[in-house]
Amino acid sequence: MAGPKFPGFDTLALHAGQSPDPATGSRAVPIYQTTSYVFRDSEHAASLFNMERAGHVYSRISNPTVAVLEERMAALEGGTGSIATASGQAALHLAVATIMDAGAHIVASGSLYGGSHNLLGYTLKRFGIDTAFVVPRDLDAWRKAIRPNTRLLFGETLGNPGLDVLDIPAVSAIAHEAGVPLLVDATFTTPYLMKPFELGADLLYHSATKFLGGHGIAIGGVIVDSGRFDWEKSGKFPQLTAPYSGFHNMDFEEESGTRAFLLRARREGLRDFGACMAPMTAFQILQGIETLHLRMPRHVESTRKVVDFLAGHAAVGKVLYPERPDHPDHDLAKKLLPRGCGAVFSFDIKGGREAGRRFIESLRVFSHLANVGDAKSLVIHPATTTHYRMSDEDLVRAGIGPGTVRLSIGLEDPQDLMDDLDRGLKAAARG
Amino acid sequence: MEAVVAGRKAFAYTAAHAIDPAKPTIVFVHGAGLDHSWWGLQSRYFGYHGRNVLAVDLPGHGRSGGPPLASIEAMADWVMALMDAAGVAKAAVVGHSMGALIALECAARHPVRVTGIALIGVAYPMKVSDAFLAAAKANDQAAYDMETIWGHAAQVPLAGNPSPGMWMYGDTLARLSRLAPGVLHTDLSACNAYAGGLESAAKVKCPAQFVLGARDVMTPPKGAQALAAAIAGARTTLIPPSGHSLMAEAPDATLDALIAWAKPLS
Repeated sequence: MAGPKFPGFDTLALHAGQSPDPATGSRAVPIYQTTSYVFRDSEHAASLFNMERAGHVYSRISNPTVAVLEERMAALEGGTGSIATASGQAALHLAVATIMDAGAHIVASGSLYGGSHNLLGYTLKRFGIDTAFVVPRDLDAWRKAIRPNTRLLFGETLGNPGLDVLDIPAVSAIAHEAGVPLLVDATFTTPYLMKPFELGADLLYHSATKFLGGHGIAIGGVIVDSGRFDWEKSGKFPQLTAPYSGFHNMDFEEESGTRAFLLRARREGLRDFGACMAPMTAFQILQGIETLHLRMPRHVESTRKVVDFLAGHAAVGKVLYPERPDHPDHDLAKKLLPRGCGAVFSFDIKGGREAGRRFIESLRVFSHLANVGDAKSLVIHPATTTHYRMSDEDLVRAGIGPGTVRLSIGLEDPQDLMDDLDRGLKAAARG
Repeated sequence: MEAVVAGRKAFAYTAAHAIDPAKPTIVFVHGAGLDHSWWGLQSRYFGYHGRNVLAVDLPGHGRSGGPPLASIEAMADWVMALMDAAGVAKAAVVGHSMGALIALECAARHPVRVTGIALIGVAYPMKVSDAFLAAAKANDQAAYDMETIWGHAAQVPLAGNPSPGMWMYGDTLARLSRLAPGVLHTDLSACNAYAGGLESAAKVKCPAQFVLGARDVMTPPKGAQALAAAIAGARTTLIPPSGHSLMAEAPDATLDALIAWAKPLS
């Protein structure tokens, strides 16, 4: 049955969250470079603090420029709202800290960005929150790892480093059966390639530093809530369903229903942990989002060319990209990622660490650095950089070979990229 | 606050305050498919400014047990029964959309107990299109889309939300996604069938305030004219930028209109 139509993705990417500035008529999003906001009078101040009126008090809690980014991301993801944070890591921490206390437990995919693995595997453990890591495509492992104190299931839409495709419909069903939400890191897919909420995820976050910005000039994160998880019905989240003496004895779920998670995350998490986004950063990320729908197809198109090129190259051992039939999640990728599997992938160079080093050092177009999702193509060789202390055996256990190279395909002429890679591979093979 | 009304669990948000018999009371009644949290800022304001607040979840909505009630008149009787359960003898009643029809009916049926009414985003008759009813009857997603899109001014999906970081469309869709099958259709059918508006309006003896969104496409302001004319002394506040979801689209202006209306009632 056809209903009225929502604005399309491309339109939302350009407009959601902002009307022309009522004070100046500015069409572009103004940068409200201010820490605080003048109250009309004492009554107005009291009403803002007690959440009786809408508005801004202090830019650690909310800021008009940041709010445009937050609303735009909620619109693009189909969520109730979002909170922009100082980084993607801050977004993950905010999600965890909002819904659990010491003694809680997380079940997470083992195929995670190293920073997320560090936070869950080591740092949160110091604060009494334990994590069990599972092979993401082993659905029984997810089920078996759930304990009575489990409060969250977590994975990446496309895992590190092998691009494991998270079976969100299946894993979310397991989470909901256990009365807990599924959080996904959607950084590699962006809302252009996948809408995790439509597949069953409850919460998601991005490192906005990557494709959302696309320019490699700003660090930021954003966490989005679908508003679909019923915290009251679950009964496992007193953080959201019982009076909280730290904020006017508020029962966040009773107060705001679908907004409960975001309300506590903003009113406690930003207030106390303080990992907010700066307004200039929000403006810079917004500039990227305005062209997300133009950039992502090109990223994917060029990636497919580069993947095909590498797969046929004599100096390459293996290419891990879910669109290739030999990837273990190929069928799932066709179902969940029909627009493409992103622009970050890994491949193995024949010849091990030294071949990898020669390859990296011969490249001229690719930039050798620790980031992904830039408009410029990027490369890193984990065995000689991020994981250089690890033995070959330990690397294999981490899913990384001595010759594994990670590429992030940018928006340059794809032929130039392939020529550059060919140059590097020839150098690697020369020995 | 939880109570038992007609043998079923009933819930009303009280802004974290116990009901104080010495204070005047305002009852907030939500619209079709929604719940008490739709009143957010406004109910909280009055709860912290000298009033008892009862922001109800109608049967089958939010935290109140089902099934939903089939007529505006039955919903009005339920609201009065909830007041009984809360120990509230008299109250002013604020309603939004379907809730405004309920408030009207409460005032007409109980002129001694209802001290004032504020009707927000209201029209009479409140006719619902066949397509909307059919989609709701089929529990089709299109019904939720219609409620969401027609329930806000046209500029809303591309404009800023007064509440930082929130997306109104997404919030409405999330609320509707939690409804049990059939609830929205029951609500819309009750609105569509309600035929006693003008007769009830003529019976209203308390102060009446209309708060209307100039860009409301669900219940356009002209649709409230006949009802306003039928209530002696009724006042109307038109909020220019807002569509049907006035409490979210223009929260401060809506609250200011309610503060002005409620002040003489105390």
